[in-house]
Amino acid sequence: MRDKQVQDLKEYKYGFSTEIDTVKAPKGLNEDVIKFISNIKKEPKWLLEWRLKAYNRLKVLKEPDWQKPKYPKIDYQDLYYYSAPKSFKEKPKNLDELDPKLLETYKKLGIPLQEQKRLNGIAVDAVFDSVSVATTFKDTLTKQGIIFCSISEAIQKHPDLVKKYLGSVIPITDHYFATLNSAVFTDGSFVYVPPGVRCPMELSTYFRINASDTGQFERTLIIADKGSYVSYLEGCTAPMRDENQLHAANVELVALDDAEIKYSTVQNWYPGDKDGKGGIYNFVTKRGLCQGKNSKISWTQVETGSAITWKYPSCILKGDNSIGEFYSIAITNNHQKADTGTKMIHIGKNTKSKIISKGISAGYSDMTYRGLVDISKNAKNSSNYTQCDSLLMGNKCGAHTVPYIKNKNSESNIAHEATTSKISEDQLHYCQQRGLNSEDAVGLIVNGFCKEVLQQLPMEFAVEAQKLVGISLEGSVG
Amino acid sequence: MEKQLRTDFKKIIESSNFSEKEIIKKEKYLNKFIQNGFPGKKNEDWKFLDLNQAIKSNIENLDYFNENLPNEVDPKIYVDGLEHNKIVFINGRIEKIDFKYEENDKFEIKDQFDNESLLNDINSLVDLNSALTSKYYKIQVKEHYTVKKPVIIYILTNSKISSKNINIRLDFDLKSNSSLKIIDYSIDKSESNFVNIVYNFNLAKDAILKNYKLDKKENNNIKYSYNNINLDTNSVAENFILSLGSSFIKNEINCNLIGKYSSAFVNGIFNLDNNKNHEIRTSINHLNENTKSYQLIKSVLGENTKSAYQGKIFVKSNAQKTDGYQLSKAILLSDNSEFNAKPELEIYADDVKCSHGSASGSLNHDSIFYLMSRGLNYKEAKKLLINGFLLDVVEKITDNEIKNLIKNIMGLKE
Repeated sequence: MRDKQVQDLKEYKYGFSTEIDTVKAPKGLNEDVIKFISNIKKEPKWLLEWRLKAYNRLKVLKEPDWQKPKYPKIDYQDLYYYSAPKSFKEKPKNLDELDPKLLETYKKLGIPLQEQKRLNGIAVDAVFDSVSVATTFKDTLTKQGIIFCSISEAIQKHPDLVKKYLGSVIPITDHYFATLNSAVFTDGSFVYVPPGVRCPMELSTYFRINASDTGQFERTLIIADKGSYVSYLEGCTAPMRDENQLHAANVELVALDDAEIKYSTVQNWYPGDKDGKGGIYNFVTKRGLCQGKNSKISWTQVETGSAITWKYPSCILKGDNSIGEFYSIAITNNHQKADTGTKMIHIGKNTKSKIISKGISAGYSDMTYRGLVDISKNAKNSSNYTQCDSLLMGNKCGAHTVPYIKNKNSESNIAHEATTSKISEDQLHYCQQRGLNSEDAVGLIVNGFCKEVLQQLPMEFAVEAQKLVGISLEGSVG
Repeated sequence: MEKQLRTDFKKIIESSNFSEKEIIKKEKYLNKFIQNGFPGKKNEDWKFLDLNQAIKSNIENLDYFNENLPNEVDPKIYVDGLEHNKIVFINGRIEKIDFKYEENDKFEIKDQFDNESLLNDINSLVDLNSALTSKYYKIQVKEHYTVKKPVIIYILTNSKISSKNINIRLDFDLKSNSSLKIIDYSIDKSESNFVNIVYNFNLAKDAILKNYKLDKKENNNIKYSYNNINLDTNSVAENFILSLGSSFIKNEINCNLIGKYSSAFVNGIFNLDNNKNHEIRTSINHLNENTKSYQLIKSVLGENTKSAYQGKIFVKSNAQKTDGYQLSKAILLSDNSEFNAKPELEIYADDVKCSHGSASGSLNHDSIFYLMSRGLNYKEAKKLLINGFLLDVVEKITDNEIKNLIKNIMGLKE
């Protein structure tokens, strides 16, 4: 038994779970549970009403079913919608008050919450199951007027900002999972960068699902005011469990005039074991609004985890001269499935967007790039460039490309390219001739294939992502 | 709609001589169509082109029974300067078959109903066609026979038509090592009819099919054409679509590359103006090793026009060494024009070479500047650039005679 556990942990080293006393909302989805969540978080009345409105809408909505990866029906009544460490009835004021078990967990994950131990200066907001446990480097940020805290805290301390922007990009009338999140979201990060400020360090959130039968529904809201800049990183892991767990987060970005937001994700949720048992359903809604002139939003994602990844980080280019970018690496192995891509919606004049997507599938996995480029009538002089490449390893897996291209403006240009191929024998031969074994050779070639995207990641993440790319493909050669 | 369909269906059955068994089959298709109706925007395959809406807003009192009054064939309609065999459909009824260039025992047309050739589970329009066609024709090319002259299928409608819907159904059977060239040539003089054409091709080993579709003459009809092509080992199907005249047309081509070393080509041109709405949808299914496909679609879009291209390449897991290529390009000339594309790849084999590209935008300003600086006026420069853009596709046609015919029809210069 223990040997098996050790073996499993070798395959997914974040697969341990922490035994910690938790407070949970009663199982199931109903008005009372929503009231419970709202109550325990001491939320203002308007937010509860907002949640209930979303819930009422949810009742008439149907789960979408057009996606490629199919999954067994989720019983929404059999989930816990709120789970928090017991020591969290009152949020600890500082790290010393934090449950040592929690600190231990994050240490194991390689996310030190102790500020003095940090050398490279990344401010971290750590989310454990349903609540944010700690945010580091608060003082440094506060000096510049930057607000970086959990969204629950923001609701208490900055209700005007939250009220103004929450739901402005992903309204409660959106699709099923987004609306579900609006009704039951528990925590997440909130960032506000004031006008003209360039955020001095990378902001980062680390998500961890610990409890079983829990869905994680976090909500992230990032606002970059006029002329500001922020770079935000997101990482996630979960313990290994035999049942599938649902993760349905909403991420909203708002960039005002001349502002820039860079959002990077390294997603490494538990992918299930090699027979496809267990794993996270990662159904996330991410959307950025380039509201102001000359604003820019850039998404970078490295997707290696989850049993099913189903997400399309999108940009709405509303402001004139705004820019949207999407860089993605998605790797599926064993029985993983991914249906991911982006949407670039050009509304303003002179808007530009760029999509670089690299998909790698191995084992019995299935990967789909699905994307939309829509240039509306008024988006004069806009342009889009899309490149999506897929790499297949073996003939048990699949790689698919489904782009939707809509051009309604005669002065705008769209270019789209896609290729699908395998690693060429010549390249492999060349590497092996120079002394690499076949696995290292594949790793090297794959890293080269992904280079364009990896380059977009902040330094520390890039190194980690590069390793992750190697690990995810282990055992897929030969 | 249902009542009209059922009464017209009865009339069609009464006026033809189908067997009991056939009638039961036809009824099944009719019920299936009634259940699903005309496809609309909610149907993924019709996302860009809403047929249901088009029929509702353009055709009043859609009815389906045509009394099939005989028509005289006016020889003036025949294509000049190309010796060819003829099949003439007027208002959905065959009026003339002329194969004078061919050997009778090698090339024949039969009008018998063949159960096996029915197409199931494709879409509701094919079901409608199966339910309402009053006659089936099968054209057969025997082993090792090369049909000497191209067969032009004239599809005409005129004002004598008594229904609003025409269904045409043809089957082609190319035995091993045979070859056939056909040209679909539409001439419409009727207004606002729904024309539904279904062809089914079976290509045996080493057979060659060249299939050209020319829809040139300006008309207000709504058209749908579905071609299914099954290809056995080492056979080749070359398709070319010229999409110009009808106000609304969707051409669908489905190629099943069943045998090793078989290949399929689909090339198409949209050159649209005046509120036209056209689409080409292809699906190329690579089902065996060493199969090849190539697609090139170009659009030039004028005032208030819309074109769409949905192309899918499917590669089955055993179809190693597949070579699939797909390119669509569009020039938008007006602020009211729209180009939609969905170039799709679905791949389950690893040793393949598949790629697609799509580009759309305005005419290149630098090129126009270059030409104008050499003395052309803006209009001429534009025309020259469009000419070159479209010529590229026409040049892909492998039959020289037909290539020249199409160039003449389009007024393209080399």
